[in-house]
Amino acid sequence: MHRSDMISIWFFIGALLLLYGILILGAGLHDLVAPPEHPVVLASLHANIWWGGLLILLGLIYTVKFSPKKTK
Amino acid sequence: MTSGQSHSYDRLVQAITLLPAHSRMMALSPVDLAIVILYFVAVIGIGFYLRRFTRTGEDFFLAGREMTAWIAGLSFLAANLGSLELMGWAAASYQYGILAAHWYWIGAIPAMLFLAIVMIPFYYISKTHSVPGYLKLRFGEPARALSAISFGLMTVFMSGINMYAMAKVLEVVLGWDINFSIWVSSVTVAAYVVLGGLLSAIFNEVLQFVLIWAGALLISIIGLTEAGGWSGMVAKIHARFPGQDFTHLWSGLGHFSDNPMGINWIGIVFGLGAVISFGYWTTDFLVVQRVIAAKDLRSAKLAPIIGAAFKMCVPFIVILPGLLGLAVLPYKLVGETQALATGAHSYNDVLPLMLARYCGPGLLGLGITALVAGFMSGMAGNVSAFTTVWTYDIYRALIKKDGTDAHFVLVGRWCTVLGVLASIGTAYLVMQFASIMDYVQALFSFFIAPLFGTVLLGMLWKRATGPGGFWGLLAGTGSSIGLWLWVKIDPTALRYVALSSSAKDMAENMFRALWSWIVCVIVTVVVSYVTRPKPEAELVGLVYGCTNLPSEGHLPLYQRPIFWAGVVAAAFLALQVIFW
Repeated sequence: MHRSDMISIWFFIGALLLLYGILILGAGLHDLVAPPEHPVVLASLHANIWWGGLLILLGLIYTVKFSPKKTK
Repeated sequence: MTSGQSHSYDRLVQAITLLPAHSRMMALSPVDLAIVILYFVAVIGIGFYLRRFTRTGEDFFLAGREMTAWIAGLSFLAANLGSLELMGWAAASYQYGILAAHWYWIGAIPAMLFLAIVMIPFYYISKTHSVPGYLKLRFGEPARALSAISFGLMTVFMSGINMYAMAKVLEVVLGWDINFSIWVSSVTVAAYVVLGGLLSAIFNEVLQFVLIWAGALLISIIGLTEAGGWSGMVAKIHARFPGQDFTHLWSGLGHFSDNPMGINWIGIVFGLGAVISFGYWTTDFLVVQRVIAAKDLRSAKLAPIIGAAFKMCVPFIVILPGLLGLAVLPYKLVGETQALATGAHSYNDVLPLMLARYCGPGLLGLGITALVAGFMSGMAGNVSAFTTVWTYDIYRALIKKDGTDAHFVLVGRWCTVLGVLASIGTAYLVMQFASIMDYVQALFSFFIAPLFGTVLLGMLWKRATGPGGFWGLLAGTGSSIGLWLWVKIDPTALRYVALSSSAKDMAENMFRALWSWIVCVIVTVVVSYVTRPKPEAELVGLVYGCTNLPSEGHLPLYQRPIFWAGVVAAAFLALQVIFW
């Protein structure tokens, strides 16, 4: 967008990915401490931990790069 | 969704109307629910935030024509990437194998590149606000009225069918109440589109696009890990389904009976690749609207190319999970009728089953959010396109010609609400009379192929006249309806319509589109030759040969749309060879 006073959509996306990453990583760590009764297939890969971590990383990159303070 | 693309979707929506909500396939944990709720808060929050930037008609209906190529391109694709399409094509890939990828590759990429390079300049330079608006400029009011009314009605119906089908899926998969799903999702879409118009729809579509990938990609990654990579997956499929070929794109398309789809290469190349796909991607205002909202011509040309690049990757999150289901699921999925009789899972369950197989707490919520996001992006696309066409091409053209800009914005906001209410009405109507769905799906497909013929001749042939455009469109649409009725009344007519009695529904759709396009072109040409052409001065900005297209010669190669179109085309060809 050209409008300099508008927050970039990428900032919103980054913020949501960051929150999702925190929730998913938290759920993964909880599973690590207290394994579920009926684990998913390949639960040993701990997909929610590394996928949550990846979302946090992407979320951080986008929120910082497109931060309203930085882009103004 | 193209009529061809809608085949598996048709099958899915028909099937889920039969499904009882006897039990749910999975349950969400509190963290999953938190992820879904956060999504709803985010999309409404974005709508509220963008309201202050939506003051004029140009803002509300065309997002101020300020979108970058990336945002327009991702939104262009997301508006098409509905959740039912995700589930429908995952099911189709379990049933038909990689043949389903044709609807993402030859059924999309050539048309998207053609739109970018050949057609976008005319849509953009003419400053039209819609595809019916272009028809008005090129062929006059009758062609616009025919196109606008049919598009407006069909968009609302399609939106309602999508809404009902998604609510039914949520009921079956999660046990959610169908009324709750319909009202919560549609009120959310209505809220953010009313608040921010197309700007809000586009912003949310980009967000939804990212969430669809974030939620669905993991299934393919873990699935390939379990199957032992691509070669391991192919070996497992061959071992479980001996004598059947699920992993080749073209080698089984020599004859209708050589493949499970019951189609041959002529139907795929000419019906799907040349007519249906071009009809949908180049003339359906639902997707074209996103591109003409770009900030300049170069961005508008780049947007479909960016969309095409991502479209080529979509089989990784849609087709691959279906193939992985063939390889790793411990039981075989069956057709819907058999599933109902035996209690087994049907093809349509493959994506939710794979989601439940690999995704624990948190990831499951993300996967469900991806499905809901897909549904809402598709619905918002329908609603925002309906609002623009209804306000500009029906209300302003036929009812109130002298309104102020502020008045039309207000009408647009009310149209959004009414469009959503009409969609909800359609959803409840379908709930009572499921067969309506078949007819609306067919009705939608009637207009697409002939419209492509009309717009194409309008842009490339300056001799085409207003009466030629109108009568060609009408005759093409009429012939499509006629062929459909012929096969409905007499199923043996299939051997004439689809050139083989072995042809199946999908082949019938392809060939019907092809014939209706040919009828449209012939009638347009004949009527144009017997009617008076427009003076060339009136065709400036509308027709090739009468319009000075801006040169891109001064740009470095990597900034030229034609260069990136070439890169995408090369990748497309490479995929055909790799999976031949």
